[in-house]
Amino acid sequence: MAITGLFLSFFLIIHLLGNLQLLLPAEEAQLQYNSYSRLLGGNILVKLVAYVLYLCIILHTLDAIYLSYKRKKANGISYSYDRRGRASTWYSRNMMALGIIIFVFLVIHFKDFWYHYKFGELPLDANGNKDLYTLVVVAFEELWYVILYIIAILALGYHLLHGVFSAHRTIGLYHPMYNSMVQVLGVVFAVAITVGYIVIPLYLYFNLQL
Amino acid sequence: MKINLKIWRQRDSQSKGEFKEYHLDEVSRDMSFLEMLDTLNIKLIKQGENPVEFDHDCREGICGQCGVMINGIAHGPLKNTTTCQLHMRSFNDGDTIYVEPFKAAAFPIVRDLKVNRSALDHIIAAGGYVSVDTGQAPEANSIPVTFEQAESAFDAAACIGCGACVASCKNSSAALFTSAKISHLAQLPQGDKETSTRVISMVNQMDEEGFGHCTNTEACQVECPEDISVLNIARMNYEYNRARVVKK
Repeated sequence: MAITGLFLSFFLIIHLLGNLQLLLPAEEAQLQYNSYSRLLGGNILVKLVAYVLYLCIILHTLDAIYLSYKRKKANGISYSYDRRGRASTWYSRNMMALGIIIFVFLVIHFKDFWYHYKFGELPLDANGNKDLYTLVVVAFEELWYVILYIIAILALGYHLLHGVFSAHRTIGLYHPMYNSMVQVLGVVFAVAITVGYIVIPLYLYFNLQL
Repeated sequence: MKINLKIWRQRDSQSKGEFKEYHLDEVSRDMSFLEMLDTLNIKLIKQGENPVEFDHDCREGICGQCGVMINGIAHGPLKNTTTCQLHMRSFNDGDTIYVEPFKAAAFPIVRDLKVNRSALDHIIAAGGYVSVDTGQAPEANSIPVTFEQAESAFDAAACIGCGACVASCKNSSAALFTSAKISHLAQLPQGDKETSTRVISMVNQMDEEGFGHCTNTEACQVECPEDISVLNIARMNYEYNRARVVKK
């Protein structure tokens, strides 16, 4: 759970850095984003890492299902009057629920962009690359799509808020000093990823409306 | 003060339990929570009813025997306190207090508020000790232990095994309990020798007993009467991973 989670977190940084190219002026963004996408798709090393990524998503999901099953079994009969919530954060107790939101979003996200790009027919841009940029921009013209995106990213943000530091504990980081560092870095990471990913759809949506 | 009680009554591990309501009119603010239950039991016995069964022993907060869910929280509202050290001054006149046993698949209810926590003993028996040949106690200073080491090990050793960590955990995990013992022994030269075998057998035993996994919500430390640090869990994970991956 920890190792797959940390790999997925690492991927989020790379994915965000790539997507920040969408914030460039429209014409420049279109050419650069499309050639970047082609670069990624054509590189054998990137392809291998992509397979590791798919595997991590599957393993992370399976592990989550296993943990939930084990929790249910270990809990036995539930409390009739339960106020245990005061001792922990709501998002640390609801990682599965947040994970389900993220998973549903991923299915939509993969279908709309990844599947279209890999297996669909896309028009070509001036450089002869598949025009993923226009596909993305058109998708974010829809308000409901932007809202869906923001909800999913917020769920991801809370998931990371607990997940990043929790993963380090699971791996065995027990030194108090490094723990406080990781705790702070985890919050910074979660906030940076959330803000970064939310800015893109908002920018595209409002830019188009203006 | 007047207190309304809703207490979990259950005949045995097989039968179905439910809350029953009781009223006490003359509760002193200086009574401990257990003394208040004693008062109720005297009343019940006089009325010819079965008293409420609950675990207790030293009543001074060090044995780890007492422990119930009070208003949905292990050992009640006060932090770092055992049930016996919780006093009625923590409640107000006319309050309704819900009292339930610790609930987890690994803690079967014996009767009413009494649960069987033998699973914790089995974990200790699986490796929570230092194997030494018997004989005379060796000279205490022959193995140097620094003050900081001793203090840190003692912080982990302070666990009284009450099971509040399991009761407070959404996963019913015994990670804090198990890790406290592993961490305590791993920090001392006498105990460290067997850390690898100990951590594997204790963690395996913890799984066998039917406890859940730790997902680091940290609720256990918050409700622990001894404030045992969750960093012990990280240390247990470290030792476990090391034993699995690095050591033979």
